[in-house]
Amino acid sequence: MAMLQQEHASRKPLKSTAAISRFSNILRNWQLYVMISPVLAYYILFHYVPMYGIQIAFKDFRINKGIWDSPWVGLKHFDRFFNSYFFERLISNTIELGLYLIVIGFPIPIILALLLNEAKAERFKKFVQTITYAPHFLSTVVVVGMMMIFLNPRYGLVNQFISALGGDTVNFMANPSWFKTLYVLSDVWQTMGWSSIIYLAALGGIDTQLHEAARVDGASRIRRIWHINLPGIRPTIVILLILNLGSVMAIGFEKVLLMQNNLNLASSDIIDTYVYRSGILDANYSFSAAIGLFSAVINFLLLVVVNAVARRAGGTSLW
Amino acid sequence: MFNIVVYSLLSLVALCVLYPLVYVVSASFSDPQYIMGGEIWLWPKGMTIDSYASIFNNDAIVRGFLNTLLYTAAGTALNLVMTILAAYPLSRSDFAGRNLFMGLMVFTMFFGGGLIPTYLLIKNLHLLNTFWVMILPGAVSVWNIIIMRTYFQQSIPAEMQEAAVIDGCSNFQTLIRIVLPLSMPIIAVTVLYYAVGHWNAFFNALLYLSDRKQFPLQLILREILIQGQTDEMVRASTESAIKQQRAVEGIKYAVLVVANIPMFLLYPFLQRYFVKGIMVGAIKG
Repeated sequence: MAMLQQEHASRKPLKSTAAISRFSNILRNWQLYVMISPVLAYYILFHYVPMYGIQIAFKDFRINKGIWDSPWVGLKHFDRFFNSYFFERLISNTIELGLYLIVIGFPIPIILALLLNEAKAERFKKFVQTITYAPHFLSTVVVVGMMMIFLNPRYGLVNQFISALGGDTVNFMANPSWFKTLYVLSDVWQTMGWSSIIYLAALGGIDTQLHEAARVDGASRIRRIWHINLPGIRPTIVILLILNLGSVMAIGFEKVLLMQNNLNLASSDIIDTYVYRSGILDANYSFSAAIGLFSAVINFLLLVVVNAVARRAGGTSLW
Repeated sequence: MFNIVVYSLLSLVALCVLYPLVYVVSASFSDPQYIMGGEIWLWPKGMTIDSYASIFNNDAIVRGFLNTLLYTAAGTALNLVMTILAAYPLSRSDFAGRNLFMGLMVFTMFFGGGLIPTYLLIKNLHLLNTFWVMILPGAVSVWNIIIMRTYFQQSIPAEMQEAAVIDGCSNFQTLIRIVLPLSMPIIAVTVLYYAVGHWNAFFNALLYLSDRKQFPLQLILREILIQGQTDEMVRASTESAIKQQRAVEGIKYAVLVVANIPMFLLYPFLQRYFVKGIMVGAIKG
């Protein structure tokens, strides 16, 4: 008992010296807090204050009343959105485009990396890399602009080629059935080289002894790619797939907006472009904020769920 | 056999990526009548720099170019300072609260207020149609903070910083005299990342700017390349209209080239440093 008391007594001052040294540590490093304060101020002002503004999704926002004093209306805007005739169109366009992009756009960089890894001529490899990385640095406006001039129904290269072969010209940008394919293909064109870098790095980390052993055992190059290279980059593939699936509904909305016109709207209208049109252009602030919140929550849940599934199934996860 | 397949597939990929780029450059040096006649396939025809001349006589394009230069320079400078100010404290293991601060920042990568509340904030701050709206809303990015923090932690020996502190350096002095001089590679990466982002950005300008005099080049490009497309279809086909149409067609290609000249000049650096950035990011991604 006495010993216990003694121990108790000796612990207490220890704890408070820890607290004191922690406090003096903060004091000593006050300059670090000064450094980070503008950045924190930025995040609070430009990221957390808008989160406070989300409440207008449950209110009828009036500019003259401000966010706080506008009247609450509960789920009115959500109801209106779920029951509107364009609800189904927006959701299906968003999901279809996102999935299309993953199905086509995700495997191609992996294949490209595997091919580049097999090209033993260093100069040729460098050349292909230099070229395929380049479009990554073009802006969305430039890529969509190039697409527009190449696909122009009268003067565009593609249609001139089609008519030279005796076919009928196609007004690609005005045709809803072409929109998603054009979006995905131009995305592959722009990003496949760049996305392959991370896989190339992972391939570079594979133990060369594995390949030598397999060669001795008489494995062909295809078999070695299948049994050594692909399993070697599996963790990288899983992580990137999680990221991609998690953001399946958060599509590069700027590009959709640029490619969108009244004629292809049936296929090109996604949640984010609708929020932009109805919120910014038509000033339906509360209604659009509700749609935006709906989509942000879905995206967030999607990422959490996909991550949990991946962790349980394969032991790889983001966090 | 296997080699033939590999090399021919890779050549095909390279060709598909390269051809549109080469075509744009060739067309920009060609007489627009050949572009419209579909006579250009690879090399310029009727070599001329008329299209470029008309760009430099076009006030909107020149002003857009200068605006973009200004936004890029000022924006990147602010980005760099903010990134360093966040990355350095977060790299220090004796910085109490670092996990909390990091968490606050990382959370914004996954969830945010969204387009409308952000727009209303900018409006309430009276930033619409100001120079600051092109700089402040994207003042720093979490991703670049993480990359720089990782570099500080891994490439700069903690002992050096401790020695500096013992010698009487304050935290600010340690950052400026010890850490930053050793961090030039990561500073180059960060500057390039941000600068390319500013150069290519159009959406904030579309949202927050309505005065054409303040438009960055990308918005002017959008007018010429994307919106112009619909105008030209309604234009009557009189003699002068055809001529005008030709000039417009030529300008489209030339402006594409001009908009990407800085990128083209920087490309060797971009390629090298961006790849490095991806690697550093991947370690701690």
